[in-house]
Amino acid sequence: MNMQIDMQWLKACRIEDAIENGGVCLKLNNEQVALFYFARRNEWYATQNECPHKRQMILSRGMLGCLGETPKVACPFHKKTFALDTGECLSGDECAIKTYPVKVENGSVFIGMTA
Amino acid sequence: MIMDRKNVVIIGNGMVGNKICEKLKQKSNNLDITVFAEESIRAYDRVHLTDYFKVSSINELFLLKNEWYIENNVKIHLDDPVIAINLLKKEVKSLKGITLNYDYLVFATGSAPFVPPIPGIEKEGVFLYRTIEDLELIKAYAAKVKTGTVMGGGLLGLEAAKALLDLGLKETAVIEFAPRLMPRQIDDSASVLLQHKLAELGLRCLLQKSTSQLLGDDRLTGVAFNDGTSMATDLLVISAGIRPRDELAKKSGLAVGERGGILVNAQMQTSDPSVYAIGECALVNDMIYGLVAPGYEMAEIAAAQIVGEEKSFIGFDMSTKLKLMGVDVASFGDPFISEPYARTILLEDRNKGIYKRLNVSTDGTRLLGGILVGEATSYNMLLQMVNNDLALAEHPELLLFDQQRDIRSASSGLEALPDAALICSCEGVSKAQICDAVATKNCENADAVKKCTKAGSGCGGCVPMIKDLVNYTMKQQGKYIRSTICEHFNLSRQELYDLIKIHELKSYDHVLDALGHGHGCEVCKPLVSSLLASLWNEMILGKGNDVAQDSNDRYLANIQKGGTYSVVPRIPGGEITPDKLIVIGEVAKKYRLYTKITGGQRIDLFGAHLNDLPLIWEELIAAGFESGHAYGKALRTVKSCVGSTWCRFGLHDSVSFAIRIEERYRGLRAPHKIKSAVSGCIRECAEAQSKDFGIIATEKGWNLYVCGNGGSKPQHALLLASDIDSETCIRYIDRFLMFYIRTADPLTRTATWLNKMEGGIDYLRNVVVQDSLGMGDSWEQDMQLLVDSYRCEWKVAVEDPEIRKRFVHFVNAPEEKDETVRFESFRGQKKAADWNINTY
Repeated sequence: MNMQIDMQWLKACRIEDAIENGGVCLKLNNEQVALFYFARRNEWYATQNECPHKRQMILSRGMLGCLGETPKVACPFHKKTFALDTGECLSGDECAIKTYPVKVENGSVFIGMTA
Repeated sequence: MIMDRKNVVIIGNGMVGNKICEKLKQKSNNLDITVFAEESIRAYDRVHLTDYFKVSSINELFLLKNEWYIENNVKIHLDDPVIAINLLKKEVKSLKGITLNYDYLVFATGSAPFVPPIPGIEKEGVFLYRTIEDLELIKAYAAKVKTGTVMGGGLLGLEAAKALLDLGLKETAVIEFAPRLMPRQIDDSASVLLQHKLAELGLRCLLQKSTSQLLGDDRLTGVAFNDGTSMATDLLVISAGIRPRDELAKKSGLAVGERGGILVNAQMQTSDPSVYAIGECALVNDMIYGLVAPGYEMAEIAAAQIVGEEKSFIGFDMSTKLKLMGVDVASFGDPFISEPYARTILLEDRNKGIYKRLNVSTDGTRLLGGILVGEATSYNMLLQMVNNDLALAEHPELLLFDQQRDIRSASSGLEALPDAALICSCEGVSKAQICDAVATKNCENADAVKKCTKAGSGCGGCVPMIKDLVNYTMKQQGKYIRSTICEHFNLSRQELYDLIKIHELKSYDHVLDALGHGHGCEVCKPLVSSLLASLWNEMILGKGNDVAQDSNDRYLANIQKGGTYSVVPRIPGGEITPDKLIVIGEVAKKYRLYTKITGGQRIDLFGAHLNDLPLIWEELIAAGFESGHAYGKALRTVKSCVGSTWCRFGLHDSVSFAIRIEERYRGLRAPHKIKSAVSGCIRECAEAQSKDFGIIATEKGWNLYVCGNGGSKPQHALLLASDIDSETCIRYIDRFLMFYIRTADPLTRTATWLNKMEGGIDYLRNVVVQDSLGMGDSWEQDMQLLVDSYRCEWKVAVEDPEIRKRFVHFVNAPEEKDETVRFESFRGQKKAADWNINTY
């Protein structure tokens, strides 16, 4: 329950800065965060920008998609895929990525991060 | 003006006698043609006489329908041979009493089998192998007996032996006087190998046997030889060569050769200039040509002469390739030439039953002839080399190996791979593990195999092979395979291509809404994007398609370790001015880029931050550069050697042609990358034969090779067309590329595409050169549309603020670069820091 308490909504960008059905990278709290606007499903997701496979700051440039109903992002380097909702690796690897809650208010996008 | 009509009388209605009727009719309407023939039926296909045992009726063997003779007003007198000729009066007399004057007389009397004067030759059970009547008699007699023998181990004798085997004579032998079979076509070693093969099929060969006597009372029971031995046989077919039918000519006073044959000159005229002789009865250059093709050539020359055209017989290529009882036998050029006039290269593989001999000129530069037994797929290519006097490559011995077969077994012969073969070297997964995942763990696609075995999860280079293995294993289990794209499109790539074209869809979202379901994935997005680009050639980052592009296409640059990009300006044909070189150097210095010459004669600039890409390109474009599409599944480079402008060996200007080709196809998107090269001579400095399409200058034009590649499994390109002019070459490339773009599976290079194509290069040649699908024009138009709509993507990108906006790392801090990108200095330049993998 600590997470709930410590979390704060950080203003990330304007809606129009995001890319429909793609990702952008944000610098928040000295961390790199990937923000995805899955316009086809009208859903927003935020994850760490680093792909854990080779530790590259790259996931925001990845490609969005679905495995069944699960929304996912594919890393540009080696096509490892990660679930956007849970962060689980879908390519059979042990690694997972951090995910963050997202909310949209008055044309601005906010990402929930712990301090 | 009414032309004088001329009378032509033709003696004989064999294949050659028949052919000259046709030729004369084609050439002139002012000839009255009369044919006298000994046989009671008109001309039939003697070459396929052996098939007579298989065909149901003689009608299938007739060369021309009876109506042809009637419609063309060619009078034919069957069963009525000419018995006398008066050369002075120009008059012939037939057996049935017809007398006729001629302006031109043509002997096409052919030959008779040579029947050696052996005691007992008249016995019952001895046959010739020449006419349909002969075959009827053999067939009837064979039904009553068990063993058969053929005298004569030449081509026709072996055909006859096959006929006997086919008729059910279990014990069949061939007797040959010479120390080898087919003495005119093959050498002793080839014969030994052929004998082994024939023995396996039930045919015994007795060589160096001279028959002294035929045994038996009235009926044949055996054959005795000069060496004192004998053998029992119920039936004997004589096939001991031919004797020209020159007796009528001789009687009429025409000159004949010492050993038979009507003497003719190169125009096929006998000692009486209005009398001609053609085919097997003619002796030309001291030779009797016992094959039908030179006979047809002689018919053409005599017919030409009769209608007043100039033509001469200049010898004939006696190269042959045939299948003898399932064994390929070929002989071409000069098969026997040897030291000191030639050098011989031999391959003798008793294990596989293959014998090959190549005769090479003493300087090693030309192929003079050769022999192939057991495998003759390269016959046509070798014959072409001899006939066209082509220069040999450095290692002519490589010609002994059938390259086509190597290619096939190497890439599509999955069954040939041992179970332990390492398919995924990143994860160390073997063929057996992959097949097992498919067979026992229900993995029915590459993704499932990847999850189950990890194969293909590393560099991904083996994924196409995993797909093939999945299909191969599923096929083995009798499962139905339809190569669909992914869960979002239940269609093959080709189906999707056609549907997008028909529905004129221009964006990924429209394609998905119209033809697929769900929300797409990293498999179908780049595939659809590639199809859209191949079809419409619109700017790939427009219409929301940018997020459906593979990462490299999305940022119009190649992503490298660390997340920076490399930049490759197009340098068509590898030709660049000093000024442009300086610009590249200045840009590299300014943006601190690592520079390297690529394999495709360009310059690659590494280590560019995403933010810097538009700035870099602005400067390059201002200096006249454009995108090199190194990031796309598209035409990459057209390499060239310097060619005839400088090189002392160059035949044509290969650089200019390479530039023309590269500028024509630049930006063309395809199922995979496409590479090309143009070489100015056969020395092939541009390595065109390792490209998807490669062009090599010849004395007469260009040779076009297709479907080669380097990569993990190198494969040489195959010759598609030779000695073509530049325009034809471009038309063929248009068709070839459009056919490939339309039909290839995703991420399949031309070599793999060809390997999977039924009919291989021959089929491809039919489609591209012979236009067998009738698509040629339409493909050329499609290509022209793509060529006309080309625009440099980078020029569009830097001029469009909306697109340019995307080239930032932090959307909330556009000026900042990614501070995690690290370089290390290296040999006076820099390199990307190694992967940041945890080492704890």
